[in-house]
Amino acid sequence: MDILALLADGFWVALQPQNLLLVVLGVTVGLFIGAMPGLGSVNGVAILLPMTFLVPPTGAIIFLGAIYYGAMYGGAISSIMLGIPGASTAVATTFDGRPMALQGNADRALVTAAIASFIGGTISVLLFTFFAPPLANVALAFSSPEEFSLMLLAFATFIGLGGDDIPKTLFSICIGLVMSSVGLDLISGQPRMIFFGLPGFFHGIHFLVLAIGIYGIGEILWTVESSKGGMKLSQATLTLRRIIQGIKTTKETFKATVMGSFLGYFVGILPAAGATPGSLMAYGVAKSLSKNPETFGKGNPNGVAAPEAANNAASTGSMLPMLTLGIPGSPTTAILLGGMVIWGLEPGPMLFVEHKSFVWGLIASLYVANLFALLINVAFIPAFVWVLKLPFTILAPIIFILCIVGGYAPTQDMHDVWLMLIFGVVAYLMRKLDYPMAPAVLAIVLGPLAETSLRQSLLISDGSFSVFFDRPIACVFMIIAIALFALPVLNLIKKRLMHKTHG
Amino acid sequence: MRITRIYWLFSAMSLVFTGAFTSTAYAEGWQPKKPVEFVIMAGKGGGADKMARLMQTIIEKHQLSSKPFIPVNKPGGSGAESLIYLKQKKGNDHVIMVTLNSFYTTPLRQPDLDVDISTFTPIGRMAEDTFLLWVHADTPIKSVDDFVKAVKAKGGDWIMAGTGKGQEDELLTNFLNIAYDLNMKYVPYKGGGRVAKELAGKHADSTVNNPSEQLGFYEAGNTRPLAAFTPQRLDLFKDAPTFKELGKNFVYFMQRSVVGAPGMSKEAEAYYRDVFARVYASEEWQQYMKKKSLQGGFLTGDKLKTYWAGEKANHKIMLKDIGEIK
Amino acid sequence: MRTADLVMAIAMAFLSIALMWKSAELPIGWIPEEGPGGGAFPFWLSTGMLVCSIWIILRWIRRTSPPSRSSEPYMDKGSLVLFLIGAGALTAMVGSIHIIGVYGAIPLFLIFYMRVIGNHSWLMTTCLAVITPVVTFFFFEIALKITLPKGLTEPLFYPLYDMFL
Repeated sequence: MDILALLADGFWVALQPQNLLLVVLGVTVGLFIGAMPGLGSVNGVAILLPMTFLVPPTGAIIFLGAIYYGAMYGGAISSIMLGIPGASTAVATTFDGRPMALQGNADRALVTAAIASFIGGTISVLLFTFFAPPLANVALAFSSPEEFSLMLLAFATFIGLGGDDIPKTLFSICIGLVMSSVGLDLISGQPRMIFFGLPGFFHGIHFLVLAIGIYGIGEILWTVESSKGGMKLSQATLTLRRIIQGIKTTKETFKATVMGSFLGYFVGILPAAGATPGSLMAYGVAKSLSKNPETFGKGNPNGVAAPEAANNAASTGSMLPMLTLGIPGSPTTAILLGGMVIWGLEPGPMLFVEHKSFVWGLIASLYVANLFALLINVAFIPAFVWVLKLPFTILAPIIFILCIVGGYAPTQDMHDVWLMLIFGVVAYLMRKLDYPMAPAVLAIVLGPLAETSLRQSLLISDGSFSVFFDRPIACVFMIIAIALFALPVLNLIKKRLMHKTHG
Repeated sequence: MRITRIYWLFSAMSLVFTGAFTSTAYAEGWQPKKPVEFVIMAGKGGGADKMARLMQTIIEKHQLSSKPFIPVNKPGGSGAESLIYLKQKKGNDHVIMVTLNSFYTTPLRQPDLDVDISTFTPIGRMAEDTFLLWVHADTPIKSVDDFVKAVKAKGGDWIMAGTGKGQEDELLTNFLNIAYDLNMKYVPYKGGGRVAKELAGKHADSTVNNPSEQLGFYEAGNTRPLAAFTPQRLDLFKDAPTFKELGKNFVYFMQRSVVGAPGMSKEAEAYYRDVFARVYASEEWQQYMKKKSLQGGFLTGDKLKTYWAGEKANHKIMLKDIGEIK
Repeated sequence: MRTADLVMAIAMAFLSIALMWKSAELPIGWIPEEGPGGGAFPFWLSTGMLVCSIWIILRWIRRTSPPSRSSEPYMDKGSLVLFLIGAGALTAMVGSIHIIGVYGAIPLFLIFYMRVIGNHSWLMTTCLAVITPVVTFFFFEIALKITLPKGLTEPLFYPLYDMFL
């Protein structure tokens, strides 16, 4: 096995003392960057890129890989503890991670997330090692029609995520999709929905602006009100016994973790999809496969494990289109791609042939980083839990400040900070009236991909929808998606009929 | 008082990793007083972004500036956002921008922006990127003649993939449509890398990618260049003739130049000109240009302004041709 | 609660109409051989928002949703005061960033929040008001190289840049 020997070489390099130091440093730095709302792996990787000229290229890759993984773990921390997803990949983690933290199980949620991430990372590295070249062809076969059907599938797995109020859930989806259309219309090349001619709308509404607005500012306003300003953000205790208990309970979540890992990896290798749809779909599937789906969204550890396993697996998966096709699946891989150019490496099908040591060195270092991210993360859990015990009147203003600075960081535009503040206040007022917010956040993430790929497909097919059914991959996705959409409707009709016959 | 502890941890950490950036003396005269905002007119991961980050890396590596250059992507509205931003920063000595051809086309297509590019401070043209016509290597198409025959046979169903509407790729597509009396369908995608992949995956029939975008697939034997939109043949693709050789006098480049905010002080202008002249002369930049088949010498001052004026006039004609402007 | 539900639904209906009008700037119809126009996606989704708002109003009239049945006040006086203080302080902070910059706004916000709402000791408040901006500066500006807005206080930072960058 040629691949195994290469991978072993990669590991040997990654385990050199100097490189191990870089891993530990990178993971720690990444963990903190990722735990900040608004900052994610993309910031860490972008800032450290120029630094990589100071260390040899292998060291540089290892360092960047460590930051990447550290930040992925860190994203879960902010999702669970503050309820603010630091990156779109961590949105699904908030659904159950946040309720767990509020019930005083923050430590368990963090341990579950860390272990699930680790398993996800492990499975994806194994898959990458043995199936990279054939899977690269799958990625190549993927074009706009497949992309659109995948987006539809992602939406479909999320049916029933919102509240019980159907019109309000639909309203939330619609408003999220409308917001996602602000900015540039790619197909006609024209700016659209530029409200009041403000230049800040040209770059569209960034996902983080909405997410931090809703989950950061809106949530804290909610807590301030419901606690009358006094309560602690969440109770949490931590003893060694609880950690061990937490590790033991991973048995319960094992199935969801493995499912999430495979799903995340396969969605991750699809170009342009990246880790976000992967983690969302893993959550949806875990919920529908569960014996008691009604506990999801109320603090079910499976709802933390599945998306966390998926987003870590997907981040390894998304290396595949980046390396073989030169297509970055996420902003982070886009920057890594830029780094490869600086190091003089040409992404493309030949990379696996001409620069074997680079590819396997990267994979091995991702794996080593994964292991250390787990260890360092678990070591920091007591510190994070301790932060949660601070009086709320200290935590709240600090979280507000983090939100404002974090809302500014992605685009460096005050326009977005104002927008975030408005979203936060409106979201708070709407939440009080049972408008679910998660659908809007999902819609703003998936919306642009869905619209563009739909219109590209129709452009190719002269406006005919048959394009989604002529192509095998797209057709399969479409049929599953339609079935998933139809299911709840059929159930509803059945219930109504039963009602009538009984009544 | 326990809160302070975690804060100390943060600050200690920041100090550790700033240690790596400490730097020393530079050129005489005007110096930036604070970090320089390095606006990128395009999104993360695109050609302009990669180049800007390479420039930033070279500046840091050779310590060409006493203050760091901080890249900020402002891709909104095909660059409209960054143009307005620079316009608002009139007289600011700490804002510069990497531009591409949307520097000409966006103000022409969106006259409401009221942006006059001749007011921007010329710093330096770093390179001109080239374009070629590409098809998949599995097709029997070996020359532009074959290409024209194949497109005509397929009629309006021939798909040309490109980046953005009303931008470089569509201008070139339109040139081909007019020059050879074709009727190709233009489908816009986000980013040149994605366009290159659409061709390699046979979802598109042809593209007009930059060499850097297709190089990976070309080397793997997936795609084939038919002809170049350059005055001379490119060293990397010796077999591809130029359109000039084929009797169509058409040359088109993508400029990669650095501009400053309008009304920048003369001293600051001189400073940045010097920094980027050094970047241009650096071994890394020269190597990058050679590898990616980039053309064009370093151009600055009034010469750069004249170059912009000429290019702007050309683009006006081309945009009129495709009906984007009147 | 009942009144608030109706007011919100009506406000959102008007917002939907405004969005529909705004998206109609680009073609909203079906362009033959091409598919939907540039304004179609936002236009029809805004229409969806409008339909949902009307649906919500209908449910309000028929009293079929919990908020439309609830007789509890939307916000009692206490929570209204807390909400106004919280949102007002945030707005004032964001507004003041334009003038005195992040490093002026953060301490003022912290002092206000911790003293007025939290009733913490002056020692604690001062410590946090000093440490937070310092940590922010080192973490964002020096380590991550993200320049935060400084407003009028900009020149004060030149010596700091000289020292640390």
